[in-house]
Amino acid sequence: MRTDEELLEALLAGEHRALARVISKIENRSPGYRNLVSALYAHTGEADVIGITGSPGAGKSTLVDKLAETYRDRGETVGIIAIDPSSPFTGGAVLGDRIRMASTVGDMDVFVRSMSARGTLGGLSTATADAVKAMDAFGKDKIIIETVGAGQNEIDIVRTADTVAVLVPPGSGDDIQTLKAGILEIADVFVVNKADRDGADRTVRELQDMIQLGDGGGGIGGGDGGHHSQEVIDAHDDWDGEVDDAEGEVAGWTTPIVETVATRGTGVGDLIDEFAAHRTYLVDSGEHADQVRQRYAEEIRTLLREDVHAMLEDELADRGGIDDLAESVRAGETDPYSIAGELLAPVEDCLDELDARD
Amino acid sequence: MSSEQEQESIRCLVAKVGLDGHDRGAHVIARAFRDAGFEVIYSGLHKAPEEIVQAAVQEDVDVLGISILSGAHDTLVPKIMDGLEEYGAKEDTLVLAGGVIPDEDRDELKAQGVSAVFGPGTSIEETIEFVRENAPQR
Repeated sequence: MRTDEELLEALLAGEHRALARVISKIENRSPGYRNLVSALYAHTGEADVIGITGSPGAGKSTLVDKLAETYRDRGETVGIIAIDPSSPFTGGAVLGDRIRMASTVGDMDVFVRSMSARGTLGGLSTATADAVKAMDAFGKDKIIIETVGAGQNEIDIVRTADTVAVLVPPGSGDDIQTLKAGILEIADVFVVNKADRDGADRTVRELQDMIQLGDGGGGIGGGDGGHHSQEVIDAHDDWDGEVDDAEGEVAGWTTPIVETVATRGTGVGDLIDEFAAHRTYLVDSGEHADQVRQRYAEEIRTLLREDVHAMLEDELADRGGIDDLAESVRAGETDPYSIAGELLAPVEDCLDELDARD
Repeated sequence: MSSEQEQESIRCLVAKVGLDGHDRGAHVIARAFRDAGFEVIYSGLHKAPEEIVQAAVQEDVDVLGISILSGAHDTLVPKIMDGLEEYGAKEDTLVLAGGVIPDEDRDELKAQGVSAVFGPGTSIEETIEFVRENAPQR
């Protein structure tokens, strides 16, 4: 059993087993994992982080496999975090994305790690962000996060990425789908995978229409969403995508659409070029700094929420558990708002006292 | 700090190695482990020993269950054990073998570092219980 310092040293020295073990500690919230992650920060910032999402069956794992293969051919090392759902009842999970990642087997420089949702309250996105830190510190050039693509949770996770690709399979619904809020808004790049199938052209057209409308943010999507200023949008009213505004600044990002056939590797090179172009755009426009700042802000908030939540859970346990409180509401003796107020009153008193001392 | 509530989950790799193409048993075990609350990574069919080692190391699994029906266990299992040792993962990985494995081969597999061999007719409950009791404490 190695100490955390030894583990960190081994990770930085490029030992795969140490990287695997550090990610386990992060997932398990093992004692001391926070210090370990803190220590990782000093060694991060070099990797490009790419998020891949899209509905189940869109071909994400196969595409990730081909991306990894192509990056490896170009001499870059790759880390992959593949996220699968877990049972809300037993916590059990079958993590099956690895099966489709066969092009790079035997090559330890493609490090695939499967993760499932354990715990609650943004726990998965925190664990994912921390696992990315571990892979970054280890020295991976490209880190790919692959998510299930089935809800809001995905959006939290892909915000960990610099560049987000959303896979849209052909024939995935009528054009009203592209007007709905959610997963499409977070795309920096659209991928119409299985482009050899019927309906691919139509899907591409629908996405083009959506981007041209500039509706819902899809056409100007950024990994962090919502940080595009109105000026960027105004400067972009002709939707040419290449035009600089009066000050000569970089124009906004127009979400490109790339067609791929992942099983054959078709279009993967183009996709990688778009990732690189987005990266360049982020850095040149200064958006990358914004993105990173927002990400850290969110990490701080999540950590604080988790800590406060844990303190409150302890407090609840001290008072005999939440079941009794819930029962008293059921019996009509009190209500949830009163209970919350009573539980938090001492905390508020403490903070008031601290304020008074200042 | 109380916030560091541990969320440990037993991680298992269910592996099919070699040319044997029968994976029904592996699927049944994978699902049973899932329902027992374990995190299961399934290797898929026709994996080489080094692929299994790579997955076991990267996924940092507590348990490696190898399902073999082809009779090639005496050549494939040692290769996996050697690979685990190379990455320092042999000591704290619980290795199980399942499938069609003659009684006379079991001692040799155990000498290689396999903790238990589950032949045909083993109940799922027995296997899960064994994993719960013997999964390594890290």
